[in-house]
Amino acid sequence: MPDDDPKRNSAGDGSGVSRRDFLKISGISAAAVPVIGTKVVEAAGVPVKVYGPGKTPVTLNINGEKHTLQVEPRVTLLDAMRDGLDITGAKRVCDRGECGACTVILDGKTVYSCSILAIDAQGKDVTTVESFMQGDQLAAIQQAFVDNDGSQCGFCTPGFIVAAKAFLDTHANPAPDQIQRGLAGNLCRCGTYHGIRHAVAQVLEARGQKGA
Amino acid sequence: MPDYSWPDAEHRTLIGKRISRVDAPVKVSGRAKYTYDYHTADLLYGRVVRSPHAKAKVVSIDTSAAEKMPGVKAIEIIQKPGTTVQWAGDEILALAAVDEATAEDAARLIVVKYQPLPHMVSDAEPPPGAAEEAGPMSGDDVDDAINNQMPESQFVQYLKEHGITFHPEEDDLKEWKGAGASEGILNAIRQAQFHEPTSGGGHSAYQRAAAQTQGEPDKAFSEAEVVSEGLYGSAVITHCCLETHGSVAEWPDKDHLFVHISTQNVSGVPAQMAEPLSVPAANVRVHQDHIGGGFGSKFSADRWDVTAARLSKKAGGKPVRIMLERDSELKVAGARPSAYARVKLAAKNDGTITGWQSQGWGTGGPGGGGAPPIPYVFAIPNQRKEYTAIRNNIGPARAWRAPNHPQAAVISMGAMDDLAAKLNMDPLELWTKNLNLTGPREKTYREELPIAADLMGWKEKWRPRGQNISGHIARGLGLSIHTWGGRGHASECDCTIHPDGSVDIKLGSQDIGTGTRTTIIIVAAETLGLPIEAINLYLGDTQYPPSGASGGSTTPGGVSPSTRRAAVDARQLLFEKVAPALNAKPEELEAVNGTVRVISDPSRSLSWKQACSKMGAVPVTARGKNPDRTKPPDLTNSGVGGVGMADVEVDMETGVVAVKKMVTVQDCGLIIDLKTAESSCFGAMIMGISYALFEEKVMDLASGAMLNPNMEFYRLAGYNDIPELVVHMMTGKGYDERGVIGLGEPPVISPGAAIANAVANAIGVRVPFIPMTPDKVLAALQQKTGA
Repeated sequence: MPDDDPKRNSAGDGSGVSRRDFLKISGISAAAVPVIGTKVVEAAGVPVKVYGPGKTPVTLNINGEKHTLQVEPRVTLLDAMRDGLDITGAKRVCDRGECGACTVILDGKTVYSCSILAIDAQGKDVTTVESFMQGDQLAAIQQAFVDNDGSQCGFCTPGFIVAAKAFLDTHANPAPDQIQRGLAGNLCRCGTYHGIRHAVAQVLEARGQKGA
Repeated sequence: MPDYSWPDAEHRTLIGKRISRVDAPVKVSGRAKYTYDYHTADLLYGRVVRSPHAKAKVVSIDTSAAEKMPGVKAIEIIQKPGTTVQWAGDEILALAAVDEATAEDAARLIVVKYQPLPHMVSDAEPPPGAAEEAGPMSGDDVDDAINNQMPESQFVQYLKEHGITFHPEEDDLKEWKGAGASEGILNAIRQAQFHEPTSGGGHSAYQRAAAQTQGEPDKAFSEAEVVSEGLYGSAVITHCCLETHGSVAEWPDKDHLFVHISTQNVSGVPAQMAEPLSVPAANVRVHQDHIGGGFGSKFSADRWDVTAARLSKKAGGKPVRIMLERDSELKVAGARPSAYARVKLAAKNDGTITGWQSQGWGTGGPGGGGAPPIPYVFAIPNQRKEYTAIRNNIGPARAWRAPNHPQAAVISMGAMDDLAAKLNMDPLELWTKNLNLTGPREKTYREELPIAADLMGWKEKWRPRGQNISGHIARGLGLSIHTWGGRGHASECDCTIHPDGSVDIKLGSQDIGTGTRTTIIIVAAETLGLPIEAINLYLGDTQYPPSGASGGSTTPGGVSPSTRRAAVDARQLLFEKVAPALNAKPEELEAVNGTVRVISDPSRSLSWKQACSKMGAVPVTARGKNPDRTKPPDLTNSGVGGVGMADVEVDMETGVVAVKKMVTVQDCGLIIDLKTAESSCFGAMIMGISYALFEEKVMDLASGAMLNPNMEFYRLAGYNDIPELVVHMMTGKGYDERGVIGLGEPPVISPGAAIANAVANAIGVRVPFIPMTPDKVLAALQQKTGA
């Protein structure tokens, strides 16, 4: 897979537990005696941490700030942020990795936060749309969205902003087909792609590059 | 009396310019708060248990296990045992729990027993000999008949023979009168016999409306020099709002309800909640800052919203959130009816259209759904039309951006395009030839069509059908025209000018992503001679003056006049207080450029702040209303025309259609903000590409369930499906002086038809139904080569 496709490099690395494995393990431990905190079991030949059942303390590093909350292991990073911490920039739309409205940056890579468990986001840097403004100053891509009317209802906008900013930050001089792939992971219903395309072009032009 | 009329072009500093959306900064920074984002420490999470069956009797409901579960705070039965559910996903009950996981687990413990009943989810053409009945008219049927300009004599006769299923109220009659119903028709409605509405039951699924005849269709077809025939249609699609439907309801005390709700109708929700909850509407407060899409599906407080309020009451008033899950959103929270028709057109060899004949059908779920207004835009002199509404179990339809018009365009413009092909005529020529049939907007279309053709490069690019093929890639052009009303709704606005110079504007309206905030602020700022930053706008709460629902492109024409009148009157109150200080009469003053000054001697001037300081300690407030016949002139209007053109490429090996370029040329009277107006057209083209090529609510005939209730298989157009898009707004003389007219609906009407026609032009054969997915394109190609 191409490494400029930011959506395909995310889930599971770290604990070594995929969501599918996790569900299996969770099923096993639900029948076991509940323990406080985490224990380590062997799954598929490797040691993995097992959380739960029931609520477990989770520490998330979001926008440079540490937050500790109690959530069940099945709670996604998206829901932990939204319902647990009132960080609501990332939106819950499809809730299964199809639309990109919940996009955040996890250790430098864009991910769908609806498809990452909160327990798996521990020990990593989570960056959300809320961190992009410097004081009253919008980031270049945010200002470009304003200038080119890249939002209508605005519900897809935070996810698009995160995806676009992360893409532009990590691609020094992107080719048009890279831009197309880089922004293909987000969906909009109002039809703001035209404005978004011009917003990306505005940022590239300000960098002295050819807009898409 | 102050002059409320819109300033003319040389006196406008903001109106009509390209101004950035005022709420864009909060949206791009993630600070905009939607209903789904509303959160409190004591929030309870609601969960709805839904019927898995498309049609079934609820036999029993056992909630005992869920009730015992720790963390479950309230359970509310929505449809009791004995009720028959009419679609898969219908609400049976809901519960509220301390967190989402608990609510999910508790929902799994609920045991509902059903007796499944035979269902039908197909909207295929009614089989020959299917029991069809011409029944009494519902209110929607009356809407359709008026919309379709059913001739008075037939209308009256039909009402006499079949009666109606509702008790006509004066408000309805007034509305129908406004929509063009004659006194004769209105009287016939008043006198029509009442019949109980039938709900599915043992009745036929096929409900045929009265055949409508105008002129002499038989003569037109027998005398026709050419007759063209075809099959056209649009599948059921869903709204797929990114923010799902739902609300958070709480009772601050036992008599008062506070609702955060995702709605297109802030001012209308209290009455809708009040009735089922037996609480005075005055005790219901509704609040919404931002809404993540509605598109016509969020006018009402839904059953789940009322249920959230009931759960909250049971849980001691704590806030209860019910936001639909994605699958429910697609299954139950809105669908656009399908519409199909077999059409015959009669014409002369020079392209003059003389006759129309159509047999149509379609579904809007259990209610059957409305008939599209065909033939669309062109009032063909001789017509015979039949339409059968299919009542089935796919779930209820809701208004979808320009209700019935996109479907009507696909059918009508498709039929005209096939006629042009049969005549070996450029469609642009055929459309132009028949523009005399387009009524009051004829002049608009005559101006718009050449502009659109120019922007598309139509004359250089157009080739006859199937004659622009290179290898397996076929290229083609298509066009369509459309119309819409767009007159402003009832709206009230308060404008307050404070002694420190700050200005508050308050409306119980909503910005559904169309730029309503921006529109209101531009009008207020223009009127007071201030920059847009000087206006504080308060929107989206029932504590502010009531404003209509944002639907049918009625908002700009509603809120702009009410804001204008409020600001003019508040300015007048200010002038009365300031006049002595400028040694002038109030009527000799103007507010421009951040000053209040004497019109005849601008050197006698005060800064806005100085001027406001003269009013003493008490602010001035004025209420503006639309409509307001006591304060002429009329600041809004009705009736727009627009053109859509598409340039497509079809891969004839894979059947994949790619749109290469689209053009929209549109009028909407006086444009307040050109930037957001253009965005409405860009967005409409993108939505058009989406419904023309990808979107379909796919039902499983055997189980009756929706097969694609997610965003992977219910496909929306993505970033890479969007080609070069060109928008041209008609402005200036002939347009500006008409007043403000809404724009949400019109530009979304033509794209589907234009793309369908472009595909036919490319591959040389009609793909009858949208969405034109690869299978349908390949099937059409196969039929062509097989024939």
